[in-house]
Amino acid sequence: MSDTPVHPLLGRFTWDSLAFLHEPILLWTFIGVVVLGGAVVGAVTYFRLWGYLWREWFTSVDHKKIGIMYMILGIVMLLRGFADAVMMRIQQVWAFGPSEGYLNAHHYDQIFSAHGTIMIFFVAIPLIVGLVNYVMPLQIGARDVAFPFLNSLSLWLTVAGALIVMVSLFVGEFSRAGWLNYVPVANIENSPDTGPDYYLWALQIAGIGTTLSAINMVTTIIKMRAPGMTLMKMPVFTWTALCSNVLAIAIFPTLTIAFALLLLDRYVGTQFFTNDLGGSPMMYWNLVWLWGHPEVYVLVLPVFGIYSEVTSTFCGKRLFGYSSMVYATVVITILSYLVWLHHFFTMGSGASVNSFFGIATMVISIPTGAKIFNWLFTMYRGQIRFELPMMWTVAFMLTFVVGGMTGVLLAVPPADFVLHNSLFLVAHFHNVIIGGVVFGLFAGMYYWFPKAFGFRLDPFWGKVTFWGWVVGYWVAWTPIYIVGLMGTTRRVRHFDDPTLQIWFLIAAVGVAIIAVGILGFVMQIYVSIRNRRALRDATGDPWDGRTLEWSTPSPPPFYNFAFSPIVHDNDAWYDMKERGVKPPTSGYRPIHMPRNTGAGVILSALAIVFGLAMTWYVWWLAIVSFAAIFVVAIAHTFNYHRDYHVTPEEVARTEAEAGAGA
Amino acid sequence: MLLQPISRRFGILALSTALVLLAGCERAVLDPAGDIARQQRDIIMISTGLMLLIIVPVIILIVLFAWRYRKGGKGTYDPQFDHSTTLELAIWSAPLLIIIALGALTWSSTHLLDPFRPLAAKDAPKPLVVQVVSLDWKWLFIYPEEGIATVNELALPVDREVRFDLTSTNMMNTFYAPTLAGMIYTMPGMRSQLHAVLRRPVEDEGYSANYSGPGFSYMRFRLRGLDAAGYRQWVDEARTSGRPLALDSYRELVKPSERVPVMRFAGIDRDLFRRIVERCVEPGTTCMSEQMRHDHP
Repeated sequence: MSDTPVHPLLGRFTWDSLAFLHEPILLWTFIGVVVLGGAVVGAVTYFRLWGYLWREWFTSVDHKKIGIMYMILGIVMLLRGFADAVMMRIQQVWAFGPSEGYLNAHHYDQIFSAHGTIMIFFVAIPLIVGLVNYVMPLQIGARDVAFPFLNSLSLWLTVAGALIVMVSLFVGEFSRAGWLNYVPVANIENSPDTGPDYYLWALQIAGIGTTLSAINMVTTIIKMRAPGMTLMKMPVFTWTALCSNVLAIAIFPTLTIAFALLLLDRYVGTQFFTNDLGGSPMMYWNLVWLWGHPEVYVLVLPVFGIYSEVTSTFCGKRLFGYSSMVYATVVITILSYLVWLHHFFTMGSGASVNSFFGIATMVISIPTGAKIFNWLFTMYRGQIRFELPMMWTVAFMLTFVVGGMTGVLLAVPPADFVLHNSLFLVAHFHNVIIGGVVFGLFAGMYYWFPKAFGFRLDPFWGKVTFWGWVVGYWVAWTPIYIVGLMGTTRRVRHFDDPTLQIWFLIAAVGVAIIAVGILGFVMQIYVSIRNRRALRDATGDPWDGRTLEWSTPSPPPFYNFAFSPIVHDNDAWYDMKERGVKPPTSGYRPIHMPRNTGAGVILSALAIVFGLAMTWYVWWLAIVSFAAIFVVAIAHTFNYHRDYHVTPEEVARTEAEAGAGA
Repeated sequence: MLLQPISRRFGILALSTALVLLAGCERAVLDPAGDIARQQRDIIMISTGLMLLIIVPVIILIVLFAWRYRKGGKGTYDPQFDHSTTLELAIWSAPLLIIIALGALTWSSTHLLDPFRPLAAKDAPKPLVVQVVSLDWKWLFIYPEEGIATVNELALPVDREVRFDLTSTNMMNTFYAPTLAGMIYTMPGMRSQLHAVLRRPVEDEGYSANYSGPGFSYMRFRLRGLDAAGYRQWVDEARTSGRPLALDSYRELVKPSERVPVMRFAGIDRDLFRRIVERCVEPGTTCMSEQMRHDHP
């Protein structure tokens, strides 16, 4: 605990904690948030939507709605994370020689920490979890996930974490210890402020959500597949979702424990990661990277699944090498545990240890390379329709191979001794995360959007988004690769060497081009909603899809399938279309469905209160909110009205309406 | 129709990127003054070349297939083509062969360029020892043989092997002088090591490459590669002009500070570095090794 005085009622909160009152940048941001937030709240109130939102969305346990809410969270947080990126780029163009730029170290260090934290934990993870949530149950012919309430709780715990990070923008300060909250910087002696505590509580709460969600998805895939869908008949996206979530179950506890030990160091004075009394900061690095490297694959595997689905659909062809794709995914899953040490070769482990981890890292490029070849040979003798999802896929293949190459280069320890911690490394992981994960998420969003909403997205603005992101990526990150090779280090706030400035200027231009892409995306959503009638897809199968999600109307009814489909082939829906199978239109039976519940929202709201109370040392509130969490959780176990049966009449009515729409 | 701009722009983009990357590499580390840095540069070049053997054909194939098999293009359409044992063998073994070559290079070069490994043969003259301490936020260099110490200035004799012993007082930093050798972490309570040698006189700079708090951006030091006479002269200057580095001046130095100018000290405590590593500089504190002997007799 830091030795700031603790008020019995307010903890260590004082009026000085309201950081935005002193910093003009934050003040304007705060005013913007208040105005925008006020407008949204006002509009919802004016149109009397609170009841609707609460009943139909917030308390929903429908995997489709939860998936959509995850996506909204990810997109909103993307705007925040991108704003941080823009601020960093401006600072690095500005702060040369005599100029100190416009951000002091205290502010700049928070920005790069928040950027990484937000982009991974509150953008990439929610977007991936959202897509898996929406698509995977439909792909396996299920009516919901295995534990619908748990799904709702996972979502709202993730939202709770994101909100705690957002509060730190205005009240107190965020961590200045990098996106993994590194010790010794995050030790209580070096950061007695609220920053690391905000970080730790936000991620502990969100991390529980992610872990629960992973357990839920794995159970769903193992237990709830439609009859006939053996493991080797699962769509590749479902396979990658399975591997990704198995990985997540294995690694998130490591992160939770690392953070718990650091919390103990910070709150009760233990010495796990301190410099003295036998503490070892290096152990923290091992633990967080034991999570951190597999996490890369948690994100990228489902995206590989998206590319597989998209390539196969838009080439009008079965996926080339289905089984080698599956084996490659499983091999990557296993190998990803064995490489974490490559994040700190330069700590001076012996040559043999470094060689082992370096070579293990390179070996991952073999199954990954096989995947690239599989997509390539799916295109071979195909009939490629260059719709937006396929454009993103080709852009991905060309961008990602470069990122893969620089990644393998960094895995060679003698090369890493030169390039570690440099901007070359930063360019590498943005190359694979933007060129791999983000491009894939766009491909997935464009691919499945008509399924979720019943209309396509506007193609013109889609192309603006595409070219903005793709050209912007290359313009923004090529110069960063170059200055990295010149030996420029990451997380630097001020430079002396004026010859570097031009590269940062080009990078800033690149970010401006990406901004065009992001604005294009926002415009695209707006224009598409306005023109939704013209863009309407009545068939439920706008792309001539191959997997089961395309066999339902768009959007699918809340129970997904009136009858469980029976699967005979990898491309189950394509096979049904070939054989002319039509779903029956009578003889419906009652459908067993879960009932909505507000328990997830309430528990998560209490978790926010608990997290903030702990961060600010408001002990009484922490005790009260923790007790409340406990009480609500137990009370929820006495809720016996968790499920109901949809009557055959209602199913018949819903199916007829969907049929009329078609 | 759409595909043409995509494929062409991408092909050109990807290829020119690879070239620009190589060009950037040449600019930065084309001609390092240090032997180790030079060998590390060579490893980067060879590895990149090895990987381009497979990356370039893949990029060409992506563009070619995207063009040839577009809808309405001339490519044959075979929707059932989803397996070929020959192709599968090829696509797994091609990357495998590259990785075997690269793995062999990795194993040998990692051992050869291990920072702990002395460069010269056993009977060669003893290397110059420089003790490096990263403080918040500046660098302390102790020359135990010369009896001097400096802050933010590292002078090295050309053609003489140097052994750096490194530690830190509080934060983790990496000691990195790009023209000399690759980086190595400095960590509190631990001692790391780096062997290097400069092959020609040089005036350059080094810095910490690992973020370590608010003063990190200014944590830079001058690196001077001097010939034998120049080095002797520099040592003599430090001896005559330097203040003694006693407990009180060390305490002053440990306090966090930023943009610290070059300082020189003469008359140093030869045991200081060990005490910093063992975290027992302050009188009355227990050194780690004593503690361990006490805990595990």
